[in-house]
Amino acid sequence: MTEEKFDAIVIGAGMAGNAAAYTMASRGLKVLQLERGEYPGSKNVQGAIMYSNMLEKIIPDFRDDAPLERHLIEQRFWMMDDTSHIGMQYRSDDFNESRHNRYTVIRAQFDKWFSRKVREAGATVLCETTVTELARDSDGKVIGVLTDRTGDMILADVVVLAEGVNGLLGTRAGLRETPKPQNVALAVKEMHFLPEEVIDQRFGLKANEGCVIEAAGTISRSMAGLAFLYTNKESISIGIGCLVSDFAATMESPYELLESFKNHPSIRTLIAGSEVKEYAAHLIPEGGYRAIPQLFGNGWVVVGDAAQLNNAVHREGSNLAMTSGRLAGEAIFLVRKGGRPMTKENLALYKSMLDKSFVIKDLRKYKDMPALLHTNSRNFFTTYPQLLSQAAQNFMRVDSTPKLDKERATTAAFIKARSRWGLVGDAVRLAFAWR
Amino acid sequence: MLDTKRDTPPPAAGRAGMKKELPEHFKDYRHVWVFIELERGQVHPVSFELLGEGRKLADKLGVELAGVVLGPPGEATWHAVAEAFAYGADLAYIVEAPLLADYRNEPFTKAMTDLVETYKPEVLLLGATTLGRDLAGSVATTLLTGLTADCTELDVDADGSLAATRPTFGGSLLCTIYTLNCRPQMATVRPRVMAMPERMNKPVGRVIQHEVPMVEEEIVTKALGFLSDGQSSNANLAYADVVVAGGLGLGAAENLKLVKNLARVIGAEYGCSRPLVQKGWMPADRQIGQTGKTIRPKLYIAAGISGAIQHRVGVGGADLIVAINTDPNAPIFDFAHLGVVTDAIRFLPSLTEVFTHRLSPHSRDKLAN
Amino acid sequence: MHILICIKQVPDSAQIRVHPVTNTIMRQGVPTIINPYDLFALEEALRLRDCHGGEVTVLTMGPPMAEDALRKALTYGADRAVLLTDRYFAGSDTLATSFALSQAIAKIGETFGAPDIVFTGKQTIDGDTAQVGPGIAKRLDLLQLTYVAKIVSIDLDAREITVERRSEGGTQTLMTKLPCLITMLEGTNEIRRGSLDDALRAARSQIVKWNAADAGIEDLTKCGLRGSPTVVKRVFAPTARAEKAEQIDTTEKTSRDLAEELIAGIFSRQPALEDELAFDGDD
Ligand SMILES: Cc1cc2nc3c(=O)[nH]c(=O)nc-3n(C[C@H](O)[C@H](O)[C@H](O)COP(=O)(O)OP(=O)(O)OC[C@H]3O[C@@H](n4cnc5c(N)ncnc54)[C@H](O)[C@@H]3O)c2cc1C
Ligand SMILES: Cc1cc2nc3c(=O)[nH]c(=O)nc-3n(C[C@H](O)[C@H](O)[C@H](O)COP(=O)(O)OP(=O)(O)OC[C@H]3O[C@@H](n4cnc5c(N)ncnc54)[C@H](O)[C@@H]3O)c2cc1C
Ligand SMILES: Nc1ncnc2c1ncn2[C@@H]1O[C@H](COP(=O)(O)O)[C@@H](O)[C@H]1O
Repeated sequence: MTEEKFDAIVIGAGMAGNAAAYTMASRGLKVLQLERGEYPGSKNVQGAIMYSNMLEKIIPDFRDDAPLERHLIEQRFWMMDDTSHIGMQYRSDDFNESRHNRYTVIRAQFDKWFSRKVREAGATVLCETTVTELARDSDGKVIGVLTDRTGDMILADVVVLAEGVNGLLGTRAGLRETPKPQNVALAVKEMHFLPEEVIDQRFGLKANEGCVIEAAGTISRSMAGLAFLYTNKESISIGIGCLVSDFAATMESPYELLESFKNHPSIRTLIAGSEVKEYAAHLIPEGGYRAIPQLFGNGWVVVGDAAQLNNAVHREGSNLAMTSGRLAGEAIFLVRKGGRPMTKENLALYKSMLDKSFVIKDLRKYKDMPALLHTNSRNFFTTYPQLLSQAAQNFMRVDSTPKLDKERATTAAFIKARSRWGLVGDAVRLAFAWR
Repeated sequence: MLDTKRDTPPPAAGRAGMKKELPEHFKDYRHVWVFIELERGQVHPVSFELLGEGRKLADKLGVELAGVVLGPPGEATWHAVAEAFAYGADLAYIVEAPLLADYRNEPFTKAMTDLVETYKPEVLLLGATTLGRDLAGSVATTLLTGLTADCTELDVDADGSLAATRPTFGGSLLCTIYTLNCRPQMATVRPRVMAMPERMNKPVGRVIQHEVPMVEEEIVTKALGFLSDGQSSNANLAYADVVVAGGLGLGAAENLKLVKNLARVIGAEYGCSRPLVQKGWMPADRQIGQTGKTIRPKLYIAAGISGAIQHRVGVGGADLIVAINTDPNAPIFDFAHLGVVTDAIRFLPSLTEVFTHRLSPHSRDKLAN
Repeated sequence: MHILICIKQVPDSAQIRVHPVTNTIMRQGVPTIINPYDLFALEEALRLRDCHGGEVTVLTMGPPMAEDALRKALTYGADRAVLLTDRYFAGSDTLATSFALSQAIAKIGETFGAPDIVFTGKQTIDGDTAQVGPGIAKRLDLLQLTYVAKIVSIDLDAREITVERRSEGGTQTLMTKLPCLITMLEGTNEIRRGSLDDALRAARSQIVKWNAADAGIEDLTKCGLRGSPTVVKRVFAPTARAEKAEQIDTTEKTSRDLAEELIAGIFSRQPALEDELAFDGDD
């Protein structure tokens, strides 16, 4: 008999769940965290960027023992067509500061570390335990959970749903809708192992410096999508993601997309000779501000990807997850400290804290971006990259064509492809969505 | 075990780089011994393979090769001695006792350690069978000496130490292990890893009969019975001349009949890769590879097997490896001799049919005419 | 009944990579698991406990992170876990491992009651020697039953145990006295999923952590590198076969033609085979 009651149950041990569990446990709450994976991180797509600032707010001295791969000193943005890329690149020695701003991490390891911190803070963490159902009382208030292990329900004053993007539990319980296909991207990803020295050499790095490449263009075959490459210590994470609705419409296979990205002449040499070890697919919520569901209710709050808190434009997810988890934890602590029950009214505190944070502010800023990229994906992901690449080539290639003719040809190509009004319209819409 | 040691080649400053200094009392340990595994009247062929290997070591060291036979009084035991000579032993140690009839750890360990302490061999080799591994572990611990399991190569280095090479980390690496300051240097070798030496009709060698005082009453463990696998269920896979094996590429359990049919037609044994055993499509004793059987056939046909390192280490000794796989980049083509990039499910029936035609006495007669 | 089981945390060898230049093991991202063979032994131990009463202690020697493996064993339902960890154990070969483990088992016996049965797995997937079990048995003077496929019966009053043991070409039935050491064969049973209560208890249990001194080990020269008679002198990659398989050209050929060509290829390489291949039976 599990006649035990907890102050809070956290479902999921990803970034959001760990942040929430840590925040509450370290403030003395009796916390139970349940994770369906074999260990925290085992279900999470490996290789990602981790943002220091948001983690510092939870564990200030995380650098002492967190498994960090490389700190980023360089970022490249590439527009690609089938044979070329044109891009922007920023690299700065300023990023070699003592408290680095961003790191690559391998989630399987990082989440394990984070989970250890959670346990050290006093929470009880059970892995290989899937929550199958939320338990409610006669008034509909969430009072605990049921799991797939034999045994009774476990009771708690409040349940934090940090179950990630699929969020089956929350949708099944009717707390929110299943994310719409146009609001989620499917990303596939591989880990390519290479010796550390080889990575250093290929990207011009030294002593744990790291580099990120983000690429868009014909590689996504006109779908709204983005490819990426991150350097870890002894491996490279490489992947590509596109909206699920686009995959459904085009019948493209994500795996083939990744294959052709890997075979792109600009990428191939970077990963040559590597050994591929892991292949993973994962969803990313990309609906942005307009897709955010109800965030709290009687006896529950939802955080992280499950709440669609993800900034697709900046490829930020884990920091929003950590911050929402932390704020939920702080809100719950404050409600409890005030001796008040975990009702919908009281838990609204979480939402108002979140509204004041960068999480909601950033998402609100880009609220029109998903719709724009979705409806105009052909232009943004095929036409423009091709035009830009042609223009660049035209500019670089030296032959006997007079320069003026070259420029005219470039302009003509743009106008032919999108018309004058189309170009202006795209620019205006992009500017508004960015604003 | 903290396995840092196997992580990296030990630095020269490590123990291996130190001067080997064999303690005085081990200096008179001489000669190479092979344990002749005798069960129910039969000598396990791995013992002959080891005699072949032991012969080479003994010749390099300029010492004698001895077979060690432990068994019940009677003809079978003496036959094992004769066989040891036929496969190259110069002399044989024999302990005869009724309680050595069925293998049990206690009397065998006692007899073996007693022999070693009396006659002092420098090298002792055993087969890595269920019997050999059971015995080797106890003997080595009793004698407090080193034991290297599942060796794939045995050699003698310049100063006369045994260099035992074995796979590590699932076959992805090999390592060479020495037993520094203890004797004997013990090693086990899996059946079929070493080649079978030529059998000679050699005159008998010297026999040293040794008495080990043991009485049945003092042996706690009793053998109550033995159930033979019989010919049928226990695959003679390790010793088959021709083996056909299927892998996950066959897609479904029922497609295994394609493998079995081909095997039957060409008089082969059949086997499989590990996932098929895990799925329950085939019994465990049909598994080929690192955690299954090592085979050494003249012909090995692998259908729908990718050729993972753990599989590869079990078939490396085959004379001719034929791989059928839909993926031209499958690693199996790196070590197969002949490859066919095609769908095994469609191809195996044709192969079986053509073999049938070619091998049937009828068609052979026709060809002869 | 007190049942003790030795488990080892091992890198999941399916995921191990070798550095192409230095031939060293690249551990980054390689997950660790409980040696799969040990799980069969653990399940057998749990069943015996459920049937005869008593408790199950798991023991491992390894680095501090081996605690994860122990906690997992507790989740499956083991009652107590002991981690033997000390830098003096680093570099142990099987002889030194069996020494340390047997000392710890003796100490566990003094502290929590002597075990009636000590289980180990058949072998590990990294060391892969199957030597540690017999080594422990010898050092503790336990009767040894290896490759056990089935425990037929246990008579706690008479302190007798009967098992079926896999031997070459058959199954041997052996009877012996407790205490004994058993190494369990794979495929005998499947590890259970612990209940919610087990999982909660495991998450909260204190794991007993012992260093060499705690385990009553006085003679450190018998531990770790110093206590290991064997030494790894060289680690190297297997040499690849120089040439790849000769591919039979499959373009525009029927399966039959392909088969003809393959068989011709086989017999041209191994002419002797043509006479040896037997055709038995029709259809
Ligand atoms: C390919 C890819 C690349 C990315 N790269 C970046 C990046 O570089 N930087 C960045 O900031 N973000 C990145 N993101 C986004 C980021 O990974 C997510 O936003 C973040 O992990 C969300 O954290 P979370 O805790 O909400 O969800 P998750 O990390 O998905 O965690 C949810 C956890 O809940 C568990 N769970 C689910 N259901 C149950 C249940 N019923 N019972 C028990 N447990 C359950 C799951 O097993 C899982 O461990 C990337 C995402 C993808 C897919
Ligand atoms: C500790 C450990 C020990 C192991 N021990 C062993 C062992 O002893 N023996 C062993 O075999 N494995 C062992 N393995 C497993 C090994 O690593 C591989 O996973 C296994 O050998 C793969 O089996 P497979 O080739 O049948 O399957 P896969 O790797 O899935 O390969 C299937 C192959 O079939 C091909 N294929 C698919 N369809 C067809 C078709 N229609 N026709 C023809 N080809 C097709 C595919 O291209 C592929 O190459 C061990 C692993 C570990 C971790
Ligand atoms: N470091 C260790 N800690 C606990 N048990 C071990 C350890 N090493 C080996 N064993 C046990 O001994 C068995 C055989 O191991 P091995 O001889 O390495 O094949 C394993 O299945 C374990 O049960």
